[in-house]
Amino acid sequence: MDQLLQHLLNALILGSTYALLGIGLTFIFGIMRVVNFAHGEFYTFGAYMVYLFSVTLGVNFLLAIVIAIVLGILLGAVVEWLLLSKHRGADIDTTMLIMIGAWIIMQNAEQLLWSGVAKSIPMPFPEDPLTVGSVSVAWARLFVFVMATLLIIGAQMLIQRTRLGKAMRATFQDTATASLMGININMIYLATFALGSGLAAAAGALLGPIFIVIPTMGNLAVIKAFAIVILGGLGNMKGAALGGFVLALVEEFGAGYVSSGYRDAMGFLLIILVLMVKPTGLFARTERIG
Amino acid sequence: MSNISKWVIVLLLATVPLWVTNQYQLHILIMMGIFTIGAMSLNLLLGYTGQLSLGHVAFFGIGAYTTSLVSLGFDLKLTEDYTFVFAPKPAWFGVICAIVVAGLCGWFVGKLSFRVRGAYFVIVTISFAEVIRLVALNWVDLTEGPMALNNIPSLAFTIPWADSAALSRRIANYYLVLAVAVISSIIIQRLVQSRIGRTMVALRENEALAKSVGVDVTRSLVLAAVVSAAIAGAAGALYAHYVRIVDPDVFLFIYTVTMVIMVIAGGKGTLAGPLVGGVIFGILPELMRGHMLPEVQWIAYGAIMILIVFFLPEGIVPAVQRWWAGFQRSRQSKMNPHSRANKASPREAAQ
Repeated sequence: MDQLLQHLLNALILGSTYALLGIGLTFIFGIMRVVNFAHGEFYTFGAYMVYLFSVTLGVNFLLAIVIAIVLGILLGAVVEWLLLSKHRGADIDTTMLIMIGAWIIMQNAEQLLWSGVAKSIPMPFPEDPLTVGSVSVAWARLFVFVMATLLIIGAQMLIQRTRLGKAMRATFQDTATASLMGININMIYLATFALGSGLAAAAGALLGPIFIVIPTMGNLAVIKAFAIVILGGLGNMKGAALGGFVLALVEEFGAGYVSSGYRDAMGFLLIILVLMVKPTGLFARTERIG
Repeated sequence: MSNISKWVIVLLLATVPLWVTNQYQLHILIMMGIFTIGAMSLNLLLGYTGQLSLGHVAFFGIGAYTTSLVSLGFDLKLTEDYTFVFAPKPAWFGVICAIVVAGLCGWFVGKLSFRVRGAYFVIVTISFAEVIRLVALNWVDLTEGPMALNNIPSLAFTIPWADSAALSRRIANYYLVLAVAVISSIIIQRLVQSRIGRTMVALRENEALAKSVGVDVTRSLVLAAVVSAAIAGAAGALYAHYVRIVDPDVFLFIYTVTMVIMVIAGGKGTLAGPLVGGVIFGILPELMRGHMLPEVQWIAYGAIMILIVFFLPEGIVPAVQRWWAGFQRSRQSKMNPHSRANKASPREAAQ
């Protein structure tokens, strides 16, 4: 029973960062129809920026996370402007290949700048875990959970409550009509990609200090992000948030009760299963955003 | 390209070991050939049916593992007191098994994944490859996991004129790769020029329309997947018997990306495309190797890929064909302004 509770708690914490990753990707796919293979690299980028600012430059840890998220947003905007803005309306394979190219470039740039040796980022939290009854949780993980939840709520507010969010939802529903209503589609696409990238960078910035930071950390992250997005239904933000938690649960229980070697395989099996049974995603009636 | 010029090229390629005796250069040619076969098989799916399979390396790896296990033999503890022992079989038998097993996997994946299209299809295929990689990594009893399968028997026969055993082995492998490449390209050519090949192109162009005129979409897609997987499996088997060590890294996504780049750069949906792409992207890394760090080399690879999508979206072969056709037309009209009417098709002549 204690073990079960502990697994549930771990899944909740891991799931919150997975949800961040998934929401970013589902935004980008839902609104732009771009299968963003570089998504995992924005995740890696976020982790390396925290390393750069908090370890190399000695900036305050919390500030380093904020800087990493902001830089992730900026990098996303640059990548969108440079690579995708000229391919509006191109078929899905074209933009996918461009993003695979971007992925290769970004990953090897990280390898070049920081070498393949894993980096670790110390966190300014007490070593002793917080113990409640029979389950215990490290303060660092609790911090990650709180931050990720705040960011998810923030993203949700942005989509539901702001003019930009409204314009994004309109673009998602009908690009042509939204454009006729005076929405600058190019700006929406730029904002969408920047926001999605920023969320990925945030996930990396939060998880990097808990695990280790290596250039290839994005490879699994991107495929897991796809798994989450498929679970929730492409373009469905609430679905992506739920999908993140479902994936984390499946992984945590798969690793705990089946075999830890197959931890990462659980997500893929889940994808295959979901697509066979309900290709539109577990939580979707139809594709929608918001 | 006419049939004769194709056979001339094959004959020229067959003479290569007579004048290339540098082992390193032969090695590059062999590896290039193996990946070109992989690219050709991917082109059948990506180019002709229009389905971007990003899990193609799974079939390559399954072929490599199957032939290695068959030719090395393995024992599998099924229950506490029963162990299934598989005695080593000859290498050529392993290759046949590799082709069959990879083809069966292609059938299975095809049945499974062709229910979905577009982004979903891509993700199912990637997931399949990742699951297979994790199985190869974790099923240590069978695959030795990260310790790799070693000492895989070589397929090589003795080449009488080779000076050393090592050179003989390379030359023999070169001929094997060439033979498999020729056979594969004949199979692919026959297939895409047949009725089934036309149904593949039809559903690539407009699936709803193809369905409405009675094309059994799933059947042609699954057939393409089986043939494609079997050829990729053969390439993987050649790889295993040539390199003689197979570890879970054969399933790395970057190999799929390499094959995709070869197909896209050369020109998807053309028979010559993957060959041209395979030659360029087989040799390019070797040319760059001495001059730059591997990371820089990969960055250049990614940049080239993006540039090709930007500036040569159809690929090199269609671009050259169009340029050549335009060049021919302008030359003819300069030399003899009237000849065009004679050579033009009846419809053009009527205009």
